[in-house]
Amino acid sequence: MLTVKGLSKTYDAKGRRVEAIGDVSFDVADGEFVCVVGPSGCGKTTLLRCIAGLLPPTSGEIVVEGRKVDGPPDGLAVVFQEYGRSLFPWLRVRDNVDLPLRAAGMGKAKRRELVTEALDAVGLADAHAAYPWQLSGGMQQRVAIARAIAYQPRVLLMDEPFAAVDAQTRADLEDLIRSVWQRLGVTLLFVTHDIDESVYLGQRVVMLSSSPTTVAEDLAIDLPAARDQLATRSDPRFTELRGQVYAQIQKAKQERT
Amino acid sequence: MIKRILLAVTMPVVLLAVWWFASAGSTDFYFPPLRRILETFPETWFGPRMVDDVLPSLARLAIGYAAALCVGIALGMLIGANRTLRAVVEPLLEFLRAVPPPVLVPILMLMAGIGDLMKVLVIVSGCLWPILLNTVEGVRAVDEVLTDTCRSYRIRGRLRVWHLMVRSASPQIVAGARQALSIGIILMVISEMFAASSGIGFTVIQFKDGFRIPQMWSGVLLLGLLGVLLALLFRLVERRVLGWYHGIRAVQKER
Amino acid sequence: MKVLLGLAGLVGFGVLLEIAPRAGLVSARYAPPTSDILATLGEQLRRDEFWVAVLDTLRTWLLGLVIAIALGVVLGVFIGSVPVLRAATASTIEFLRPIPSVALIPLVVVLYGSTIEATLILVVYAAFWQVLIQTLAGVADIDPVAADTARSYHLNRWARIRWLIWPTALPYVVTGIRLAATVALILTITGELVIGSPGLGQEIAGARTSGAVPMMYALIVVTGLFGVAANVLTRAAERRALAWHPSVRLEVQVPA
Repeated sequence: MLTVKGLSKTYDAKGRRVEAIGDVSFDVADGEFVCVVGPSGCGKTTLLRCIAGLLPPTSGEIVVEGRKVDGPPDGLAVVFQEYGRSLFPWLRVRDNVDLPLRAAGMGKAKRRELVTEALDAVGLADAHAAYPWQLSGGMQQRVAIARAIAYQPRVLLMDEPFAAVDAQTRADLEDLIRSVWQRLGVTLLFVTHDIDESVYLGQRVVMLSSSPTTVAEDLAIDLPAARDQLATRSDPRFTELRGQVYAQIQKAKQERT
Repeated sequence: MIKRILLAVTMPVVLLAVWWFASAGSTDFYFPPLRRILETFPETWFGPRMVDDVLPSLARLAIGYAAALCVGIALGMLIGANRTLRAVVEPLLEFLRAVPPPVLVPILMLMAGIGDLMKVLVIVSGCLWPILLNTVEGVRAVDEVLTDTCRSYRIRGRLRVWHLMVRSASPQIVAGARQALSIGIILMVISEMFAASSGIGFTVIQFKDGFRIPQMWSGVLLLGLLGVLLALLFRLVERRVLGWYHGIRAVQKER
Repeated sequence: MKVLLGLAGLVGFGVLLEIAPRAGLVSARYAPPTSDILATLGEQLRRDEFWVAVLDTLRTWLLGLVIAIALGVVLGVFIGSVPVLRAATASTIEFLRPIPSVALIPLVVVLYGSTIEATLILVVYAAFWQVLIQTLAGVADIDPVAADTARSYHLNRWARIRWLIWPTALPYVVTGIRLAATVALILTITGELVIGSPGLGQEIAGARTSGAVPMMYALIVVTGLFGVAANVLTRAAERRALAWHPSVRLEVQVPA
C-alpha cells in the first residue's frame, strides 16, 4: 500500500517561491498498476522523487507499506527517465544489475541467479557482458528495468521511462512492463505525459492539474487485463477512456492560461 | 596499415640517421658522435649504476607518486563532496598549486635533510596538487541521476565511494595523474641534482662536472628514454582504467 | 559568501603557520611564522636587487613563452594543414614530448653556463610542446564541411589559414598558451634554481645557502603569486577566445 496524503512541495528559487506541487493525495493498493499523467511541467517528476524519498516534501506525508517516507524506503525501486545517466557506464550490463544486490549483502550464487533471471526477463541474456553505452537507448532502458526486477522490489516507481525511445521500441517496452508487473505482482506507479500510454498500461489513471499541482481526476481503466497493442488500442472503450483523459488534461492546461 | 607504420617510423629513423651521420666525424668536444654515446650507454648504465642509481631513483619516484595519488584522491573526494569545505580551501589550493614545485626542494631540504625522505617528500608535494584539484573537479561533476540511483538502490559505503565517486571522477583523476607524472619526473631529477649522493640526476651532474661528455649525453638519453617509457606505461594503464570513457566518446562521435 | 569563505581559508592557513612555530609545534628554524615571512617580504619590496631578480625572472619567462608560442603555432598550423606531414610527424612528436625538459639541464649548462640562454632553452623546449600539441588538435578539429566549402570556393592557402584554420584553432591555441605559461614558469624557476641563471630562483638558492629562511619563504610566496597571476590572466584570455567559439574543446594533456 502506498499513500500520498496532502503532499505539497515549494522550491525557493532565488528568493522567489515556486509552488511545484499544491496539494496531492491518492492511494495505490498492493499490486496495483497506477499511471500518473499530467501536462508537462506539472511536477510529475517532483512528485515521484518525493515518493522515492529522494526529495523531502514541504508538507504532507507519504506512507509506503505502513512506514512514513523520510529517505529512500525499503523494497522500493526506481526506473529513471534518463536511462543513459542512471546506468554505471564503467560497469558491464550484468554488473549494473548486480550492484544493488551486492550492496544488499546478498550471496554470490543467489545474486547470479537473480541477475540471469532479470536479464532473461527483459530479453537481454546475450548482452550481459556489454557496456551500457554499447547498447541502443531502448536496450539501455531494458537494463535499468532488469536492475529493478533483480532488486525484487515490492513497489516500483517509473519516471517517464519511455519518453526518450522511438515509437516501436516504446510499444515493446510497454508490453514488457505489463508482463513484468503481472509476473512479479509489484505495486507499480508509472509517471508519463503520454495519454495513450497511461490508458494502455494502467488499471487506474491519476490525472494531475497544472502547477500548483492537485489531483484533477482519478479514473479506473476497465479494460481487460490481457492487453494487446493492436486489439486494445482499437477497442472502442480504449478510445473513450483516452478521450476522457485527454479532455481532462486539456481542461487543466486551459485553467493555467 | 603498412603505409601508416611506414609513415610513423620514417621520421624518427631519418632523424636518428641525420644525427648519426652529422655527428659521425665530430671532433667537437661537446657534441661527440652518436656512435660514441651509444657505445658508452650500456657500460655506463647497465653496470652497478643500475642498482645504485637508476633503480633507487625510480623507486623514490614510484613511492612518491603512489603516495601523492592516494593522498590526492582521498583528500579530493573529501573536499569535492563538501561544498563549504571546498569554498574554504579552494583559493588556498589554487595558490599552492601555482607555486612552481621545484622551489619546494630547498624548503624540504631544510626540514628533512638530503636523504631519501626529502626526495620522496618533494615528489609527493609536487605531484599532489594536480591530482587533488582534478579529483575535486571530478567529484563535483558526478551525475545527479547516478547519485539518485545509488540512494534509491541503497548503494552505500565502500561500494558507493568506489562505483559512484572514484569511477565517476576517474577521467579527471587520470588527467591530473598524467600532469603529476611529468612533474614527478622533473622533481626526481632536480632533487638529485640539488643534493644527493646517488640517483640518475646526481650521476648526470657528476659526469657534467667531470667533463665526461659522452657519458653525460648517455644520461640525457636515459632520462629521455625513461620519460618516454613512463608515458607509454601510463597510456597502457589509462587504456585499462578509462576504457569505458573512451568507448563512450567514440560512440558519441559516431552519432 | 564564497569569496569570504575562501578568504577565511587563506587567512586561516596564514594564522596556522603563524601559531605552529610560535607554539613550538614546528621549529621556527625551518618554518618561520607568517608574520616573519611577510615582514621579510616587505623588506624585499624595498630592495633594488629584489626587483632586478623579479624582472630577470619575468623576462626569461615571457621571452621563453613568446618564442615557444611563435614556434608552436607556426609549426602546428604548418604541420597540421599538410596531411602527409602530420602523419609523418605524429609518432616523432609522441616520442619527443615525454622527454623531460630537465634531462637537458646538463647539456645546456656545459654549452651555455649559468646564463639566461641556458634557462631559456629549457623554458622554450618545455612550453613549445604544449602549444604545438594544442595547435595540432585545433587544426584537426576543423569542420570537414567548412573545409570542403573553402575548397569549392577556391580559397588559396593563405585565405584558408586566415579564415578557416586560424579561427577554429584559436581557442585551442589559447588553451595551449595557458598550459605553456604554467610550465614555462616552472622551468624558469627551475633553471634559475639549479643552473644558477639570474632571477628569483637564484635568489632562493642564495637565501638557502646563507640560511636566510624567512627570505626563502618570502621569495617562494612571490613565485606563487606569479603562478596565480599567470593562471588568472590566461584563463580570462581563454574565456574571451571561447566566447565566440561554440565548440567544446578539450585539453590535450602534455607532460612538461
